Amino acid sequence: MEMDWIRGLLGGLLIGTGGAVYLLANGRVMGASGIIGGMIDGTGRNTAAERLSFLAGVIALPLLLTLAFGGVATHITSNLAVLVAAGLLVGIGTRIANGCTSGHGVCGISRLSLRGIVATCFYIGAGGITVLFFRHLLGVI
Amino acid sequence: MRNLFALLAGSLFGAGLHISGMTDTTKVQGWLDIFGAWDPTLAFVMGGAIIPMAIAWQLARIRKSPLVGGTFPPPSEPRIGRNLVIGSVLFGIGWGLAGMCPGPAIASITYGGPGVIVFIAAMLAGMWLAPRMRSYLDSAVPAE
Repeated sequence: MEMDWIRGLLGGLLIGTGGAVYLLANGRVMGASGIIGGMIDGTGRNTAAERLSFLAGVIALPLLLTLAFGGVATHITSNLAVLVAAGLLVGIGTRIANGCTSGHGVCGISRLSLRGIVATCFYIGAGGITVLFFRHLLGVI
Repeated sequence: MRNLFALLAGSLFGAGLHISGMTDTTKVQGWLDIFGAWDPTLAFVMGGAIIPMAIAWQLARIRKSPLVGGTFPPPSEPRIGRNLVIGSVLFGIGWGLAGMCPGPAIASITYGGPGVIVFIAAMLAGMWLAPRMRSYLDSAVPAE
């Protein structure tokens, strides 16, 4: 438990360094929902190779780290209704808002973007109320 | 070169998500659970990520163009807009329900089991539906 914040900070620095490479080398904002979503709705067809290369790294490194040092549990719920509802909301919401935790959060806040800061306040607020409601009042998550 | 740098950026991002513990839904829901057993880890992840990224934005202002050519992203739009708020609230509800957002879901696709696969499938369906919902929103309430 004491190591958690150190791992968090170290992992955070790696995430930010990835975003720095994507910006300074490729000239792009590193947003996971935008990179994935552009492949789904066709808006990113011309940049598909770049998007797929990025996603290959996102998938490969955790796999390599798992093989080398053992697995990490996601503790994700097995409640099918919750999984489907959550996935749909995350997919729809991030694309309507044009960003998620990486795009609006990491890349937006770091350039003091008002949109990024406002989006982050709203998704953290909504997430907090959701956990309060569904965990402490209904007890389903 | 463009794809190689994208692979490098994605690798750093994936390793960071994995090491930071953000692929563990209990840590994300713990961060959101301010009335329960609150877990501050996400703040350290966010803080750690913002440091190199803020430096990168400053460097981008000095440099004329990205390493592989092209242009840097335009300055952030100042307008907030209804879609930003509605979208972020919907995203936040989903994020709270499962404790997963797009990056960590993809990062844990190989070891997250069927739960993560179902979440990603629903997320992709949502991303496919979003442009249709966005145009519905735009026609239902005129943009300000």
